[in-house]
Amino acid sequence: MSEETSSSTGAEGPGDGSTRDGSTTGAPSRRAVLGWGGAGLALGAAAAGGSVAALRGGTETVPAGMSGAAVPFHGAHQAGIASAVQDRLHFAAFDVTTKDRAALVRLLKDWTRAAERMTAGLPVGEGAVGGLPEAPPDDTGEALGLKPNRLTLTIGFGPGLFAKDRFGLEDRRPEALVDLEQFPGDNLDPARSGGDLCVQACADDPQVAVHAIRQLARIGFGKTAMRWSQLGFGKTSSTTPDQQTPRNMMGFKDGTRNISGTDTAALDRHVWVGGGDGADWMTGGSYLVARRIRMHIETWDRTPLQEQEDIFGRDKAEGAPVGKPKEHDAPFLKAMKPDAHVRLAHPDSNDGATILRRGYSFTDGTDGLGRLDAGLFFLAYQRDVRKGFVRIQRALSKNDSLNEYIQHVGSAVFAVPPGVRDTDDWWGRTLFS
Amino acid sequence: MRPVRLSVLTAAAVVAALTAVTGCAEKSDSAGGDGAIHVTATDTACEVSKKDFPAGKATIEVENKGAKVTELYLLFPDGRIVAERENIGPGTKATITAEIKAGDYEIACKPGMKGDGIRQQVKATGSGAAEKRSPEADAAVSAYRTYVQEQADETLPKAQAFADAVKAGDLEAAKKAYALSRIGWERTEPVAESFGDIDPKVDVREDGLEAGQDPAKDWTGWHRLEKSLFQDGKITDQDKKLADTLMADLTDWQKKVGQAEITPTSMANGAKELLDEVATGKVTGEEERYSHTDLVDFKANVEGAQKAYELLKPIASKNDPALAAELDKQFASMNTLLDKYRADKASYEFQSYESVKEDQRKELSDAVSALGEPLSKLAAAVAK
Repeated sequence: MSEETSSSTGAEGPGDGSTRDGSTTGAPSRRAVLGWGGAGLALGAAAAGGSVAALRGGTETVPAGMSGAAVPFHGAHQAGIASAVQDRLHFAAFDVTTKDRAALVRLLKDWTRAAERMTAGLPVGEGAVGGLPEAPPDDTGEALGLKPNRLTLTIGFGPGLFAKDRFGLEDRRPEALVDLEQFPGDNLDPARSGGDLCVQACADDPQVAVHAIRQLARIGFGKTAMRWSQLGFGKTSSTTPDQQTPRNMMGFKDGTRNISGTDTAALDRHVWVGGGDGADWMTGGSYLVARRIRMHIETWDRTPLQEQEDIFGRDKAEGAPVGKPKEHDAPFLKAMKPDAHVRLAHPDSNDGATILRRGYSFTDGTDGLGRLDAGLFFLAYQRDVRKGFVRIQRALSKNDSLNEYIQHVGSAVFAVPPGVRDTDDWWGRTLFS
Repeated sequence: MRPVRLSVLTAAAVVAALTAVTGCAEKSDSAGGDGAIHVTATDTACEVSKKDFPAGKATIEVENKGAKVTELYLLFPDGRIVAERENIGPGTKATITAEIKAGDYEIACKPGMKGDGIRQQVKATGSGAAEKRSPEADAAVSAYRTYVQEQADETLPKAQAFADAVKAGDLEAAKKAYALSRIGWERTEPVAESFGDIDPKVDVREDGLEAGQDPAKDWTGWHRLEKSLFQDGKITDQDKKLADTLMADLTDWQKKVGQAEITPTSMANGAKELLDEVATGKVTGEEERYSHTDLVDFKANVEGAQKAYELLKPIASKNDPALAAELDKQFASMNTLLDKYRADKASYEFQSYESVKEDQRKELSDAVSALGEPLSKLAAAVAK
């Protein structure tokens, strides 16, 4: 569970019972809102202490996903990777428009403080209401009254940030952060690819996730410009193995053997960057590959069930690998067709390459040809992009029988720095210091 | 123009009710305790019967004892007009009434109807004290008022050249004069919009017409003519009449613009609104959909916003120096970016927006966001 990723209790803040107002009832008073702005997170946490106690006293049986709880922001690793996967996603990639390194650092600090507040269920800055009537409010307000909903905000740094003559970071680019090669079948749209920065916002309420990206984009104006963003409405992966694997838009469970958020040994081996991996500033971080994968669902839906199951290498009802009764059973790869998706993607076919999947389904309206623009927004975290996604995708792009029904149309790769340890720390400190 | 008007600048809240010249009978009771102020205007003096009067409904009675035609104004300290009366002939009398809040005012007589006039300081006292502004705020408002009037004054001849070309049936000349005739308007549009009725007459787009309005009959102004010139490629008899209508409406604007209620806050918000206009109308290419002269409007909007900001800068840089530094930077980047789209920095010959590519439009839009966001904080910085 994500709690393990945190070593600090500072951001527990309002806890499960509080709303985004930072109170358990009603709208915030002007004084309350201004007070938070002035005193920052600590006061917000203190003000809500009562509701935390109330929760611990009486509602421990409410599952985290149902209660609107807060996920701690601070920790050795960023939240939003090993954390239990939330229901909704808003992912945004930004270009950095300022040329000034100090301005970029200031922005990262401002973003960190805003993220601390929002993940605790608080509005940014001096709030959405109660400020000067002449001024636009610091917070846009659409999350007022909503609980934290397990919001996590996870930042990543794209290759462009390390370019020569930009921010003096050319010597700090990790070797593991490779520019992805052109895989067979890729049809990448530059307007949906790349980015100097990314923020992954996951929450159980889409409004909470969108609110978070919107605040960060607004704080960033003049320093960053949004390059592309992607909404995801249904998680397709789980980091909690006791749960069923959610289905993708093809109706199948995929990635049933995902790394568990509580399996620290597997996380250390496959996800978290270790001390000796090169690029010391990345220790405790991870690498993220984001791919927008369009699914040709209309032709897929015309495919016979047997063929669908052969293509994946599992049965549609249970999600079990060929010849096995349960979805989490270890697959017998040789029982599958040579070009079955599970067989090709499995670690045993890829020298043990293992990634943590955290993707979401998307449907972005229609494509102008009477078909849904639907698919999988694939997100994968790994210790080294070369040994993770690249290794697996080389196999898949060449042989996967699923390729007839999918097309990769967007792509980005990011170095995801380690966690923010406390209220003095900030996103990217290890890179810029 | 804005499809839906939500202007922060409101039409003068202090309504000047001009009454007809009063008869002698009415004059006789004004000598009593009704609070009327008597002004005796000559060619060299402007004598006021009392300089303190209660806030509320004020009546000013003026008698022109001079040889020249005169005018009478009741003014705010920043030069804004509370109420006025023009064309008071020698030997005649006139009355002005106005609802006024407590505060300092000036009464001005303008013999010969020229210049700043002869002024007297007066004061309204009592409940509902008017907001006291700093001298630098008054200076900013006063300078902006002058700017707004200049823009209207300079626009009229340019609009006339455009109208004349339309009336002469000279398609090419009219097309050439079109965008240039709009610059002064675009620079000060939020003020013009504060007179609710003028903007829909001169700057409405076809999709901005209200339900029940017939484009053939009810659509007037620049964009109607833009469509004829740039899309239909011909000038009709109706267009020639519309050119005269445009001039009449713009003349109305020129006359009224001095009466707009302007405050430091409304200046700042007006600047922000100009950037909003760019963000919603120009960057999308909607405003000038036939002529594709959007970048001319874009530049004019930015210039108008920058003017308001520059005038407020002494206040803003004292209250929020970081904001002022950011605005300086973003205005400079915006202007540098716009300069890429014109060969000659002294001219308003901008590239057609049709030829501005998608990635360039995004770059322009990002620059508008980068400037618009800090600009939205200017009002709070000057209101402190």
